[in-house]
Amino acid sequence: MNAPARSVTYRTRPLPAIVPIGLFVVVGAVLAGHGFASERNIANLGLQASILLMLAMPMTLIIMSEGLDLSAGAVLSLCSVVMAMMLAGGHGLVAALAASLGVGLAFGLANGGLVSLLGLPPFVVTLGTLGIAQGAALVLTEGNAVSGLGPGISALYADHIAGIPLPVIIALATWLVTHVLLYHTRFGAYVFAIGGNRDALVLAGVRASAWHIAIYAYGGLVSGVAALLLTGRMNAAHPTVAIGMEFDAIAAVVLGGTSFERGDGRLLGTVLGVATITVLRNALDLLGIESSLQVVSIGVLILVVIMIDSARRTWRVHPA
Amino acid sequence: MTSSHAAAARARVPLAHWRHHFASENAALALRVALILLMALLLALSSDAFLSTANVLNVLRQASLMFLLATGLTLVILCGGFDLSVAANLTLSACLAAGVIKSGASPWLGVATALACSTLAGALNGLAITLLRLPAFLATYAMLWILQGLAFHYMGGQEIYGFPPAFRALGTGFLLGVPVPVYLMAAVLVAGTLFTRSTNVGQEIYAIGANPEAARLSGIPVRRRQLLVYALSGLMSGLAAVVYLARVNAADSGMGEPLLLPVIAAVLIGGTSLFGGVGSLLGTVLGAIILALVINGMNLLDIKAQWQPLIVGVVLLAAVLVDVVGRGHRERIG
Repeated sequence: MNAPARSVTYRTRPLPAIVPIGLFVVVGAVLAGHGFASERNIANLGLQASILLMLAMPMTLIIMSEGLDLSAGAVLSLCSVVMAMMLAGGHGLVAALAASLGVGLAFGLANGGLVSLLGLPPFVVTLGTLGIAQGAALVLTEGNAVSGLGPGISALYADHIAGIPLPVIIALATWLVTHVLLYHTRFGAYVFAIGGNRDALVLAGVRASAWHIAIYAYGGLVSGVAALLLTGRMNAAHPTVAIGMEFDAIAAVVLGGTSFERGDGRLLGTVLGVATITVLRNALDLLGIESSLQVVSIGVLILVVIMIDSARRTWRVHPA
Repeated sequence: MTSSHAAAARARVPLAHWRHHFASENAALALRVALILLMALLLALSSDAFLSTANVLNVLRQASLMFLLATGLTLVILCGGFDLSVAANLTLSACLAAGVIKSGASPWLGVATALACSTLAGALNGLAITLLRLPAFLATYAMLWILQGLAFHYMGGQEIYGFPPAFRALGTGFLLGVPVPVYLMAAVLVAGTLFTRSTNVGQEIYAIGANPEAARLSGIPVRRRQLLVYALSGLMSGLAAVVYLARVNAADSGMGEPLLLPVIAAVLIGGTSLFGGVGSLLGTVLGAIILALVINGMNLLDIKAQWQPLIVGVVLLAAVLVDVVGRGHRERIG
């Protein structure tokens, strides 16, 4: 499937530490019991992972390009609010999705433009747009949940194709699209190049800024689609519902071995990161451990994985 | 400009160079004072309540709280780093201090708990950045969520409120008609300015921010200094937590989060550059007053609290823009 990526560097680069640790988490979750391996819970896992996977796919490209998007959760919340308000106002699903995509795209273009054209540091830019998106969602809803969306969107969320839940199919499609973009198009090559050596790309006559903006714009568009899942799941929208979701997405990317500094990484690593975080959260849920401590455990997991990866890198450079 | 800091850490620079340096810095500070006066004038014209004694003291109290939280962040940014965890650090240490005081222990034990916890968190940030070589924003972002998660867990959705008057005086008391937090702000400003301007370690912080490689080559212990600024950032979060707790008389797990964007904006508006090595604590005081005026103005003009993240987000982006434009200007004039 990913034949062109199996270049020399692909094969010689060792597996990130997330592979054994992810396996460890899954085995631990199964052994801990509490109904983890039940059919119902497995289906639930797929649904839980789908929104996170959608946020983590563009986040991988953004981090590969030496960027960061702290606004992803707030933009997703705003998209969900806008979609819900359109539906509650009697507009169709298509119009609501278009509005959500428009909002996501606008924030993506703003993030990308500020980062790329003006050379502003991504984490501060996206912190600013986080505030703007969060504020806009609060102002639009006056802090209340939006409900009364009609049955359309929740029916869509509950739909199946060939026995697979539609949200899972949408998330897997996002993975496929991102994979093709990253490994089979010029856009993907430029993503690696912008992270590796943006100046060289500019000197080679490529309009690096446009491609750089496109990375963030893609993230915004995917948030617009992900709002479909988020809104459908609750059949309502809340202005702060997805705040903090970017933490899980960034954690999945970092756990998956994508580097902030060298423009390298693997999409598959992020998928494993998403799976590990979803299983970890689900298992802790079943053990009755609250969400706040799950966040702490993900933070600690990041540090452990990074320590292992950096120790192995040192060992490879200076073997004992 | 940047080279002047690096050189100053090791050798005397010609007096003329310094004079030029102070002249441009004074102009920048004067610009911010003018902005404050303009905002005050506009607010006084649009709201009768603005110039009341109670409101002016309120703005100063708000500014001193933001300044205390922003002091450590200023040092970190001067040193070329960043600390996203300051507000979450404030939350956790305020919650722990509240728990200690409410359990019947001496309020000073609560203060000590807050300072110890926040300094430890700051030092852990420093270790993750210097030993694990994590990018600063990533390490402190993970720390943000770890501290926030611990605070949620500790509070369990509850609020702790009602503290002894002796402790509350730290936030609400007056001395000669001036609020106690304003004295704290002045003390931290004087001590911090002496530290950054007149000690070798302070000058080394500027040098590292301006050019870490040059600083390392000139014999500055870069990683030890970085560890120090992150620990100081933690300590200042703890101090801000104590003052905030004493002022609002209640702790909950969401108390610090709304401060993060305004505090970052205050540092940048104060003229400290995100690219390191340029800025001052005096500038941050002015930035904190500007942000306090923005927030106070929104209250006086009856703008709903829901607008606050949006407006502060725009202010933050404007501050970063000004920083980048100013940097380009500084580079052009060399």
